[in-house]
Amino acid sequence: MHTDVLVIGAGPAGLAAAAAAAEHGAEVLLVDRESRPGGILKQCIHDGFGVIRYEEKLTGPEYAYRDIEAVRAYGLRVLNNTFVLDLKQSVDGFSLLLQNPIDGAFRVDTKALVAANGCRERTSRQVFIHGDRPAGIYSAGTAQNLINLHGYLPGRKVVILGSGDIGMIMARRLTLEGAEVAGVYEIKDEPSGLTRNRVQCLDDYNIPLYLNTTVTRVHGTKRVTGVSVAAVGADLKPLPGSETLVPCDTLLLSVGLIPENDILEPLALEFDAKTGGPVVDQRMMTSVPGLFSCGNATHVNDMVDYVSESGFNAGRAAANYCQHGGSQGSVEVVSGNNLLYAVPQRLVSGEEAAIYFRSDKTIDRVILVAQAAGKELFREKYLRIRPPEMQKIVLQPLSPEVESVEIGLEEVT
Amino acid sequence: MEKRELTCIQCPLSCRVTVSGEGDQLKFTGNQCKQGIEYARQEVTNPTRTLTTTIATAFPDFPLLPVRTAGEVPLGKIFEIMKVIRAVQVEQRLKPGDVILEIIPGTDKALIATADMCEGVSAVVVK
Repeated sequence: MHTDVLVIGAGPAGLAAAAAAAEHGAEVLLVDRESRPGGILKQCIHDGFGVIRYEEKLTGPEYAYRDIEAVRAYGLRVLNNTFVLDLKQSVDGFSLLLQNPIDGAFRVDTKALVAANGCRERTSRQVFIHGDRPAGIYSAGTAQNLINLHGYLPGRKVVILGSGDIGMIMARRLTLEGAEVAGVYEIKDEPSGLTRNRVQCLDDYNIPLYLNTTVTRVHGTKRVTGVSVAAVGADLKPLPGSETLVPCDTLLLSVGLIPENDILEPLALEFDAKTGGPVVDQRMMTSVPGLFSCGNATHVNDMVDYVSESGFNAGRAAANYCQHGGSQGSVEVVSGNNLLYAVPQRLVSGEEAAIYFRSDKTIDRVILVAQAAGKELFREKYLRIRPPEMQKIVLQPLSPEVESVEIGLEEVT
Repeated sequence: MEKRELTCIQCPLSCRVTVSGEGDQLKFTGNQCKQGIEYARQEVTNPTRTLTTTIATAFPDFPLLPVRTAGEVPLGKIFEIMKVIRAVQVEQRLKPGDVILEIIPGTDKALIATADMCEGVSAVVVK
């Protein structure tokens, strides 16, 4: 079978991309590996979604419902329980081998492809925790899935490593469901999640947050019986003699998210080592013409509103690509002083562009400056900027002679 | 009232606001703007939150329904409300916004569904 735009992933990015591509006249097929659309929002039952887009604090399922209804209104073809087995470029686009329980394995050819695969949680093996492998070690998202979708409490006494947003949200959730959270342990000197979550998830329930502290060892053979925690020095290495034992039956990890793009490997596209996702322009086109990336597969966002925004951009651009072709913009975005990263990494001249960025540390009183060949394009002042809180600016259309744009944060002295 | 230290969450500055004093004589220090006073006053006099949780359903394919309070409820009543909610089971397929309890006992707020339990976007047979 054939389609104009095939979207992989029915989370917030994919739903937005599918709706936008349909709105711009493309025939769209939306493919998702789960039995119901909504992606991770299905298990994010807490509120705080949609603050920018709707000026409301929706829960995850409520936010997803609005996008699912929009996709339904376009009468789009949606394939649930469907996996991508193989993916390759073809003469006029991409050829995918898909599989699901109803249709078996089948091939779909598409002119444009939107990869909205989302991200995955970093695991215990990726943070080098030593010890045995007893039951009771979960990523925060797995615990969220067990509690919110299946009704299983993963443990009674819980230690949380890492102060990412999901970890803090799960600290509250576990407390509400009757578990005891012994503490949240963060290796850095400040929480890695949003301040709102520290206040409303930890402070509200008197859950202690230990900064400059990490888990060094897991104890227990069949089931976790406790963890060793230790203070760390400036080099983030445990300080000798500071180790103490915290009895617990469960360890949750909330130690970061990584864009998931394994299925794109056959296409040999350009990646950004800083974001872990493909290099894109403001239309969300990757280095492979006709292949678009959006949402947390491009870079890990702090707000779903931005995820949806990138999905709309990708979907609209994918529909336009079917009509007019084109390739990735060639203007390079260089992330300079005090920036962790900036997305998109390329720009198409003559079109407005939203740029999303994170600082590499917490800085007070700072000015963001965007410039091209020594000429200032944009300037904005921030009272405080923190790595967990992504920022967005909008650049006016660039003139054709601009070859690169440098973006950096300058401290006000 | 003994001194309380709060983190204001009205803007990214995250001021540490210290509140002391009694009744109408509350004193605020550490805030850099008026929002900090309003936030801290609310937090020490009547902190409220939206409670989100899940309740059991009668449907094996959708065993838990995410729910929330329709509006904010007193923070101090959250555990009490959890106890009430835990006893409720959903017998019908609901959609976001559908009311489960008109009034949650001990509050003046309703309990509403936040997820769509009806059939998802259905799979289309491809041939």
